[in-house]
Amino acid sequence: MSSVSETTIKMTINGQDVTAPKSYTILQAARLIGLDIPHLCYHPELAREGNCRVCLVEVEGARSLVASCVYPVGEGMKVHTNSPSVMETRKTVVELMLANHPRDCLFCVKNQHCELQQIAADLGIRKVRFQGEKREAKKDESNPSIVRDPEKCILCTRCVRACSERQGLDIFSSVNRGFKSIVEPAFGLGLDEVACSYCGQCTTVCPTAALTEKDDTQLVWDAISDPDKFVVVQTAPSVRIGLGEEFGLKSGSIVTGKMVAALRRLGFDRVFDTDFAADQTIMEEAHELLHRIKTGGVLPMATSCSPGWINFVETMHPEFIPHLSTAKSPQGMFGATVKTYFAERAAIDPAKIVSVSVMPCTAKKWEAKRPQLCDSGFRDVDIVITTREFARMIKQVGLDFMNLPEEDFDSPMGISTGAAQIFGATGGVMEAALRTAYEKYTGKELENLDFIAVRGLDGIKEASVDMGGGVVIKVAVAHTLRNAEKLVQKTLAGEADYHFFEVMACPGGCLGGGGQPYPTDREIRQARIDAIYDADAHMKYRKSHENPAIIELYDTWMGQPLGERAHHLLHTHFTPWGERLK
Amino acid sequence: MGEKFAEKDLVKLDGVLADLGSQKGTLIPVLQKAQEIFGYLPREVLVRISEKIKVPISQIYGVVTFYAQFHLMPRGKNIVRSCQGTACHVRGAKGILAELRRQLGLGEEESTTKDLGFTLETVACIGCCGLAPVLMVNDETHGRLVPDAIKGILDQYR
Repeated sequence: MSSVSETTIKMTINGQDVTAPKSYTILQAARLIGLDIPHLCYHPELAREGNCRVCLVEVEGARSLVASCVYPVGEGMKVHTNSPSVMETRKTVVELMLANHPRDCLFCVKNQHCELQQIAADLGIRKVRFQGEKREAKKDESNPSIVRDPEKCILCTRCVRACSERQGLDIFSSVNRGFKSIVEPAFGLGLDEVACSYCGQCTTVCPTAALTEKDDTQLVWDAISDPDKFVVVQTAPSVRIGLGEEFGLKSGSIVTGKMVAALRRLGFDRVFDTDFAADQTIMEEAHELLHRIKTGGVLPMATSCSPGWINFVETMHPEFIPHLSTAKSPQGMFGATVKTYFAERAAIDPAKIVSVSVMPCTAKKWEAKRPQLCDSGFRDVDIVITTREFARMIKQVGLDFMNLPEEDFDSPMGISTGAAQIFGATGGVMEAALRTAYEKYTGKELENLDFIAVRGLDGIKEASVDMGGGVVIKVAVAHTLRNAEKLVQKTLAGEADYHFFEVMACPGGCLGGGGQPYPTDREIRQARIDAIYDADAHMKYRKSHENPAIIELYDTWMGQPLGERAHHLLHTHFTPWGERLK
Repeated sequence: MGEKFAEKDLVKLDGVLADLGSQKGTLIPVLQKAQEIFGYLPREVLVRISEKIKVPISQIYGVVTFYAQFHLMPRGKNIVRSCQGTACHVRGAKGILAELRRQLGLGEEESTTKDLGFTLETVACIGCCGLAPVLMVNDETHGRLVPDAIKGILDQYR
């Protein structure tokens, strides 16, 4: 036997010969011949359950139809995916789902992004033969980030698996049985009563509109149309990387110029960049790290930009709070700076400024509402919309996105660096911080700006940076809360000898955030990551402390990093959450 | 945990958790023992179990709501099971059930009396169709029922 035949099998699918790895399921094998068997509960990155029954196929000799997403391939297997009984059964299964599903597709937020709708269309379902009782359940709109509409749920349990496998939070479970089955948090509690981090990963895997971001676009339209308001917008590093996908571009297409042009045409008075504030964050965080190292402060210090991560610490590990950098997230720093520094410079009454942010993140909606974030004397960030909502606004006004010109951000809060650009990727904040920390500590110029060891999609990455003079800084990077939990446990057990670690709650970092375009998978995230580092390599400035607008901000107004004004505007504190069911 | 539970019951629960808590696949036996101790499965007890055996509370809630044997609400001292099987149905089980509700003062969605004296449940078949319509109170069977007999039967347990 050759080594190839030991690891692969030969089978036929619809009469076509297929050689597939032994470990494959029928659904995976079918893809090798360009055949996508319809499916709903199956998700390539999650454990397989085979519960929706849409992917049923016929295997010759098998007692009944089998679920191809879980059924392993076998030597000599003969599979039929389009036989009359398969076609009829598949249709019936989907019709049964539709029989217990609201038919408000026209008005549904997932219209044209819904996998159930897509399958119904693909299968050519023109009517539902079954009439009966429908599940009645209350919408959960208890929190600023995520809306849960159980009537739209098809019980596929992707959210259950995503929350458990990616984040280790296990917020959802299948509850009750039979017709009364429902997917919900323990005791039917709202997401604001359980340990939900608001990361929104569940919204990225939900095939229907059972889990979606809270849509705040109307608030933005209201602000823009109010003549008394001066509406400024900031866009996070990851938005320009994901947005193009909403308009048919391939993953990893960066659309910064068109995005800026679109924001102007939507009517924002100033189009600024969260990247500017990311550079501020690095100035503060890098100096805080050096300060902690020099003065024997609490180490390891952990980044604090990811609100899903912050929520996780405040809920699950309040004893870890002293390890968090007190630096606000870029969104928070931007908000506090725009209503003070910018307002002063532009001679605009900050009371009239509405500060909007476009984020790849659902948890940012909650972050903006944190009681701490009003150091400007006003609410620092008034409205947060996700990349998906932003795309919706562009479509609402009929902008021909692809033919928009490339435009530049407004000054001064639109100037940024490669260090800020990479904030969107796991490891990016660490790398940006190291570029600045190294130069500030040693007074020497970095020869190689690329800290390759902290890049990429490994769950936890570790690296050491020789600062010279016998000082070595040890760092670690984790993405997803499941990996973050490991670093937290290590730290609390006193076994973490890191000086600094970075956590981003979402897979791949913010570029894989809960507010990014559908769908997201590992390949898409990798394409977005590659684009980010490519963009960084071509930036004029690649270190936050060399951003001329940042230098001017600190020289003329903010003072020193960690100084009095910076402390007041750019730093925050964290508090344990009250009673939440864990 | 609040003062709702007797200290001795909590000690018993901790004993069960100490005995069974570290084994794999222990959730259902632990839930059964806990229900024996408390009569039902209060939220606080489930949270304590979750913390001890490291099974997420959402999963425990999923299991508890899946099986009919587990109860999230306090149960009455006496359990009344009114049979709604085919034989009982044709011999007037609906009327018996309505009379039970009337005598116990229970609304359509309620199952336990406020004084925790009785919990009323329906079952699909008790297995003595010859006595239809039939009900059970705890372990005792009462058959060939007419609505007028209900009050007398319940009074035996008050």
